[in-house]
Amino acid sequence: MTIAEATASLGAFSLWMIREMGRMMLFIAQTIMWMVRPPFRLFQLFKQMHFIGVKSLFVIVLTGAFTGMVLGLQGYYSLRKFGAEGLLGSAVALSIIRELGPVLSALMVTGRAGSAMTAEIGLMRITEQIDALDTMAVSPMQYLVAPKVLAGVLVMPLLVAIFDLIGIYGGHLVGVELLGVSSGAYTSSMQSAVEWKDVYGGILKSLSFGLIVTWVCTYKGFNTGMSAEGLGKATTEAVVLASVLVLIWDYFLTSVLL
Amino acid sequence: MKEQEVSASRSDMTGRVTAQTSQDSRTASSPVIRLVNVSKSFNDQVVLDGLNLEIPRGKLTTIIGRSGGGKSVLLKHLIGLLRPDEGQVLVEGIDITRLGQRELNEIRKKFAMLFQGAALFDSLSVFENVAFPLREKTKLKDEEITAKVLDCLEQVGLTGMGQKFPSELSGGMRKRAGLARALVLGPEIMLFDEPTTGLDPMLARTIHDLILQTQRRYRFTSVMISHEIPEVFGISDYVAMLLDGKIAEMAPPEQFVRTQNPSIQEFINGGKPVGVAR
Repeated sequence: MTIAEATASLGAFSLWMIREMGRMMLFIAQTIMWMVRPPFRLFQLFKQMHFIGVKSLFVIVLTGAFTGMVLGLQGYYSLRKFGAEGLLGSAVALSIIRELGPVLSALMVTGRAGSAMTAEIGLMRITEQIDALDTMAVSPMQYLVAPKVLAGVLVMPLLVAIFDLIGIYGGHLVGVELLGVSSGAYTSSMQSAVEWKDVYGGILKSLSFGLIVTWVCTYKGFNTGMSAEGLGKATTEAVVLASVLVLIWDYFLTSVLL
Repeated sequence: MKEQEVSASRSDMTGRVTAQTSQDSRTASSPVIRLVNVSKSFNDQVVLDGLNLEIPRGKLTTIIGRSGGGKSVLLKHLIGLLRPDEGQVLVEGIDITRLGQRELNEIRKKFAMLFQGAALFDSLSVFENVAFPLREKTKLKDEEITAKVLDCLEQVGLTGMGQKFPSELSGGMRKRAGLARALVLGPEIMLFDEPTTGLDPMLARTIHDLILQTQRRYRFTSVMISHEIPEVFGISDYVAMLLDGKIAEMAPPEQFVRTQNPSIQEFINGGKPVGVAR
């Protein structure tokens, strides 16, 4: 490949990226516009909250429990080197509330609900069900996309709260029940270390992650290729892009919040 | 009641649309839809190339043409699912290519479409699929919706199938359910995208008969895309041939089959050159 060809490829890729970002911004702007325009589809909203929230509970509880337990285990042996086992509660709680709770919950929801959203909307596109909505003068953005995005934003903080609670209890289980850290020390160090701004930060992250996951996954489904291969590609792209954006946005938010 | 609801929804159209519509003199012979110099390309492939077409009011017009020749693309232009690169699509005199989403939705209330795969919503039962337009576009009570849906299902021969889901239906039954959903709001213009593709000849004939019956009963304007030659000649008022992105010929069936255009003769003779016995 010559330098000219390489430059041309880079230019084409850059243009594609800019176009794609523009389309995504228009997509979310339209979604928000349809969210606030009647008719309000409460049934669809509750259905999606159930799908994203209730049906993700098991995986969130499981991930939260084992994340907390691993943190308890790792934290105990690291802190013991400095004779600071009593700070285990604060280490576990801060890690989970500030970072791991929002990030891991978002990644789990991406894998479980986000991929299903992309596949569902994509299949509706391929089988012309979205065109059918259009011909009936029903906006697919309002009927399909807006309830999913709003449900993601509303449900993610609740899932993160559950993750945090279970994670902290998982750390307690390993640190206190198995490794013998004082229960009082675990709780009091947590109480003294965790501030309201940590909790607010976690909530802010979870709200934005809920938006990112549902935005990317519905966008990819809506613009899927018109074949089984295209749908598979769209689903993979949705999961990868949503996960990467969650991690990148987490860094930016953390740098602002700290 | 259905008529009241539909006319009420039509009267809700935005000022611009209403004004233009009222100016339109709707004589029985005026075309409902006109396509003027419509061109459409995908990447570098030209699909429609300066196409002109007039769809007569209250008639069944069938568009035939080669597979991949742009028939479905043409049909999607009629209802604004695709916008042309150039040209105008005039529905009752209104150029729908220039309309915003809200105004386009008002125009779309005149239309209904039966898709190639019926496009039934997977997550809803047949009953709910047929009830969907009524729930979305009218203020009918549940009892009225139930009565109307059951009536529509009976008309298409799906009595007692309302609780089944699309995945539980055969291809022919899905098409019938799609037709029931399309008919339930009493459209002015019906679009059929290859309604018999994938069906055996018996079932295809049943669907054709059903389309003809409903068209004659409701007198709506119909546009059908089909490959079923010569069957479509028996049910259509007009046949149009899409060739190289243009309408090569449009005429009543008896006149159409006598065309001197060799490409059309070859097409309707199943690929055999003109003069070769079938």
